[in-house]
Amino acid sequence: MAGSTLGANPVDEITDTLGKWGLRLLLLTLAITPLRQLTDWPHWQRFRRMLGLFAFFYVALHFAMYLAVDQSFAWSVLWEDVSKRPWVTLGFAALVLLVPLAVTSTRGWMRRLGRRWQRLHYAVYVATALGCWHYYWQVKLDVRSPLLYVAAFALLMGWRLWRRAARRQVAPPAPGNPVRGPAAGLRPAAILPKLRLPRAADSQ
Amino acid sequence: MLIRRPPDIRPSEITPPQVYAERRRLLAGALGLAAAALPVARLRAEPTGTVLASRPNPAYTLAERANSWEDITTYNNYYEFGTDKSSPAANAGSLRTRPWTVTVSGAAEVTGSYALEDLLKPHALEDRIYRLRCVEAWSMVVPWVGVPLGEVLKRFRPTAQAKFVQFTTLNDPRQMPGQRYSVLDWPYAEGLRIDEAMHPLAILAVGLYGRVLPNQNGAPLRLVVPWKYGFKSIKAIVRVHFTERMPPTSWNLAAPREYGFYANVNPEVDHPRWSQKTERHIGAGLFEPRRPTLPFNGYAAQVAGLYSGLDLRRNF
Repeated sequence: MAGSTLGANPVDEITDTLGKWGLRLLLLTLAITPLRQLTDWPHWQRFRRMLGLFAFFYVALHFAMYLAVDQSFAWSVLWEDVSKRPWVTLGFAALVLLVPLAVTSTRGWMRRLGRRWQRLHYAVYVATALGCWHYYWQVKLDVRSPLLYVAAFALLMGWRLWRRAARRQVAPPAPGNPVRGPAAGLRPAAILPKLRLPRAADSQ
Repeated sequence: MLIRRPPDIRPSEITPPQVYAERRRLLAGALGLAAAALPVARLRAEPTGTVLASRPNPAYTLAERANSWEDITTYNNYYEFGTDKSSPAANAGSLRTRPWTVTVSGAAEVTGSYALEDLLKPHALEDRIYRLRCVEAWSMVVPWVGVPLGEVLKRFRPTAQAKFVQFTTLNDPRQMPGQRYSVLDWPYAEGLRIDEAMHPLAILAVGLYGRVLPNQNGAPLRLVVPWKYGFKSIKAIVRVHFTERMPPTSWNLAAPREYGFYANVNPEVDHPRWSQKTERHIGAGLFEPRRPTLPFNGYAAQVAGLYSGLDLRRNF
């Protein structure tokens, strides 16, 4: 059936698809917070952990595909690839970095780690950057597709940097003036059109 | 108290008596239709195109089975039609392969422009089964139809200055949409040392599986140098130029640390970003392990002598 097969090289096709979706899911996970801030709708947050875990799942499968199916568990090849080929080192590092994030994704761990949980989970920025770099460096010559991922990542990080800069910019209110809160005028929701999204109470 | 409930089955839902009487035939018909829509095994494309008057050359055959027509014609690196493996099959229809002119120039007594038919007329088409090894570490077995390159080149009587032969592909973004994006510097150019070009293994191919070469495989005329990585086997040749100096080649220009001029298949010399020790054989199935790469792609006995004394690591 044309179009529904894996093609002449199914091993590469599956490995590449798993890797690409792992990276896309990481980017989707990173899009949750900006979406929440842009739309003032808190319920995006509910999907963040699920997306993050799916990303980890796909990245782990991508690695398993390479190790088990492509290389038939040739551990010496894995060692050689990870140690001699920088783009594989980066990919492996990204996978390793995602492991503690997956393990500590539960509410129990959030409680146990408290404030440190958030600091640990900033590592997802590094893991995504490494993933983009791994993809860019793997491509033979046509870098257009990886550059799209880099652009998406840059956009998502740029948003965070912009918010941080905006928050720092506001001067303290003069005595007697009403306190408007940090960066109230610069809040994205105030600048960009608000999306009319259903509140929890509406969905009965 | 009587609680009236409407009947569960409405009269309109009752099966008409004719349908009920024919129910077995109708069901059998529906099953047959469904079965026809689903292929029992994966339907593979059969070779298509004009049959060529070629004869098998028994000196150039392999014990391994040739890859399927479908695999050979749908898994291609041909950036002139896009950089995905499936793009050439999808996009190469826009190439007009007839009429086709090949220009022979440079250090030779006989030069000029020739229609493809005139270029090949004196030569008998041969069926040859060759291994093809891509630099990306995958391989196929391909049943080409072609003529020995050396026999064609000899007709032009290259002079003593002709130390190398350079080949050039068509440059026409209107026919080759991938050329609108300069992933490589167009036109695609390749070259061989004169003794490599004269070697009996090197052929100019015009067909596949006894039929005219499909566009995505390099129609109407391509080079096949089976002991080198696939990128040396330039497609859609429009120019053959005899030259004294080593000619520039496209992949070497694009990434000189990764692709050399010689590009002999060599398990001992890795690509900077991946190993060349093993290769994935296309068509072998999902769980078959990779195979060890053979020196000179298994043609060491025939060609290793061309490189005696040459450091193959430095001249990769």
